[in-house]
Amino acid sequence: MTSTWLIRGARMPGGGPTDILIRDGVTVEVGTVLDSRGATVIDADGLIVLPGLVDLHTHLREPGREDAETVETGSRAAALGGYTAVCAMANTDPVADTAGVVEQVWRLGRDAGLVDVQPIGAVTVGLRGEQLAELGAMATSAARVRIFSDDGHCVADPRLMRRALEYVKAFDGVIAQHAEEPRLTVGAQMHEGEVSARLGLTGWPAVAEEAIIARDVLLAGHVDSRLHICHVSTAGSVEILRWAKSKGWRVTAEVTPHHLLLTEEYVTGYDPVFKVNPPLRTAADVAALRQALAEGVIDVVATDHAPHAVEDKECEWAYARPGMLGLQTALSVVVKTMVEPGLLDWDGVADRMSRIPARIAGLTDHGHDPAPGVPANLTLVDPTARVRVDPSQLASLSRNTPYAGMDLPCQVVATFLRGEPTVLDGKAVR
Amino acid sequence: MIKHLLSADDLDRDTAIGILDIAERMAATAGREIKKLPTLRGRTVVNLFYEDSTRTRISFEAAAKRLSADVITFSAKGSSVSKGESLKDTALTLQAMGADAVAIRHPAAGAPHRLAGWISGSVLNAGDGTHEHPTQALLDAYTMRSRLGHVEGLRVAIVGDVLHSRVARSNLSLLTTLGAEVILVGPPTLLPVGFEKALPPGASISYDLDAVLPKCDVVMMLRVQRERMIDSYFPSEREYSRRYGLDRRRMALLPEHAIVMHPGPMNRGIEISSQVADSARSTVVEQVANGVSVRMAVLYLLLGGNA
Ligand SMILES: [Zn+2]
Repeated sequence: MTSTWLIRGARMPGGGPTDILIRDGVTVEVGTVLDSRGATVIDADGLIVLPGLVDLHTHLREPGREDAETVETGSRAAALGGYTAVCAMANTDPVADTAGVVEQVWRLGRDAGLVDVQPIGAVTVGLRGEQLAELGAMATSAARVRIFSDDGHCVADPRLMRRALEYVKAFDGVIAQHAEEPRLTVGAQMHEGEVSARLGLTGWPAVAEEAIIARDVLLAGHVDSRLHICHVSTAGSVEILRWAKSKGWRVTAEVTPHHLLLTEEYVTGYDPVFKVNPPLRTAADVAALRQALAEGVIDVVATDHAPHAVEDKECEWAYARPGMLGLQTALSVVVKTMVEPGLLDWDGVADRMSRIPARIAGLTDHGHDPAPGVPANLTLVDPTARVRVDPSQLASLSRNTPYAGMDLPCQVVATFLRGEPTVLDGKAVR
Repeated sequence: MIKHLLSADDLDRDTAIGILDIAERMAATAGREIKKLPTLRGRTVVNLFYEDSTRTRISFEAAAKRLSADVITFSAKGSSVSKGESLKDTALTLQAMGADAVAIRHPAAGAPHRLAGWISGSVLNAGDGTHEHPTQALLDAYTMRSRLGHVEGLRVAIVGDVLHSRVARSNLSLLTTLGAEVILVGPPTLLPVGFEKALPPGASISYDLDAVLPKCDVVMMLRVQRERMIDSYFPSEREYSRRYGLDRRRMALLPEHAIVMHPGPMNRGIEISSQVADSARSTVVEQVANGVSVRMAVLYLLLGGNA
């Protein structure tokens, strides 16, 4: 199926209103008063056009926990959030640690057809941290895996981490580390500090993250490999990253929307919808993370979208699974925490949520502004809209959003994946 | 009027003193021939115990029965609780039964808060993980008041595993609310990181028990569990006992009038020596007896009595 679309009067980040003509999956013309014959016209007056968003950190739960999310429902949530590509984490059941499983996920994504689903491969067999998975086989599979991560678990063994970093250089891979020294977080439930002391919940100290990041940037520098740090959550981690980047080492980092907005104070009511790993931190950490994202010390925003079944959240705090929904609210939270306070403009948003993550993931079809001949992966955003988050209205199979009832800015109006709309008028096309 | 008692923080000074006053009246009736008061006739009080604690469970049962309430006890053993039914589903069952109050004992911090969101009756925290145990703090305050005449102005040392102690957290909150000075004493490994910044006015931290004892009116010894040693919180029981145990030599450092408390069960020979536990200064047995009166007072208050 081919179709022609004319987006009229959308504003490019940092530019004026422009028209965009899309045909056969690519942008064919950008300018003013284009010939609209045969095209479906979208009035984009007042809307901003962004390169389709790219998420480096999504848990789609399939295979294994299809009661919490499937590749299809997660893809729909992603499209509604303005994404055209998501990187699916490997902690499924079975674990995505073989060419077979990553190809299965990749095919499920292609069948759903709502975003490009780029599988992430496990670093170690079964995420057990003992033995390297067949990274090369995953890299050369149909899924063309470039990012490897044991996310959910830290690759804690320093020798194994060094080997993984070195090994993936052969195919320009990158290790995405979930930085958590496991011996410092036994039984941990929330950020360790005043609030955990008061609530009687076992603390997750900032140093457990910072110690691993410090070790791993040194390793990455030593073997000249690419390292990506998942969900950076502390001010101390920011300082280490700043130092590592000043050395010229090939280190990138992500921050989640929830770590940009929420603090440990939300834990006070013991509602596990606020339980996440790494945990919500202090207001000082939140301020440091925003500053780091503004300066580029933290390169990208990644959602860590983590759907969970109702029974895994409607329970005691200690028994609940960590994780929050993120795909459909990420852009709004970034606007609220970064754009509205003046820390980032829309071009900066396009960098942090599309261009740079696409580059890190090696997704060459994504992260491009509309230009003739470029795949039309685009998102139209209404920057003036405000939306109250209603968990029951989210496309995810799960309901564990921490933003329920919050009023958040901006709304994704349309998303185009290779020239075909996945979202129109703020609704999924299928 | 308060609806739930989830944390000692729920109690302001007047409410706390009100509870102690009612408890005193309740204790007076316990001496009479007829031990039952008709106060809660027709009301249903549920004891929901996810942890084995015969002592606390019996205390809550006795309190509710003496107020003529219908008492139902769900214990972790031999009920649906142990068959893996979720707290939410259990809450829905209790709601359907028309429970007016639920006293919950649970190994997870915050479980009473969750329960309070799911049922319409009152929830009484009977100990939640390493968080709080507010009725224990009330009975401790009651015991101090009956032994020493007042709580305000007392200097109280709480000694031992503060990090994992719900008794310590509730006492810290309640005693400072009542105007006592609290000194938390223990090895730095067993005092929460960042606690010094979170302390209420009138509270402080010390690592040196010998230095603290001569100025104390009350010493409250906390139970220390053997597994803390395996987790390297301290090197050995012997060293713990030497540095933080209360033996006869240390007891002699206390002022003449000072009392020694322990929430039980005691590890004799570790945090407290038998000579101290069985001495005239020790209030361990009274604490148990006072527990019933205080829990009667709390039930009375939560279920609509006037202070
Ligand atoms: Zn992670």
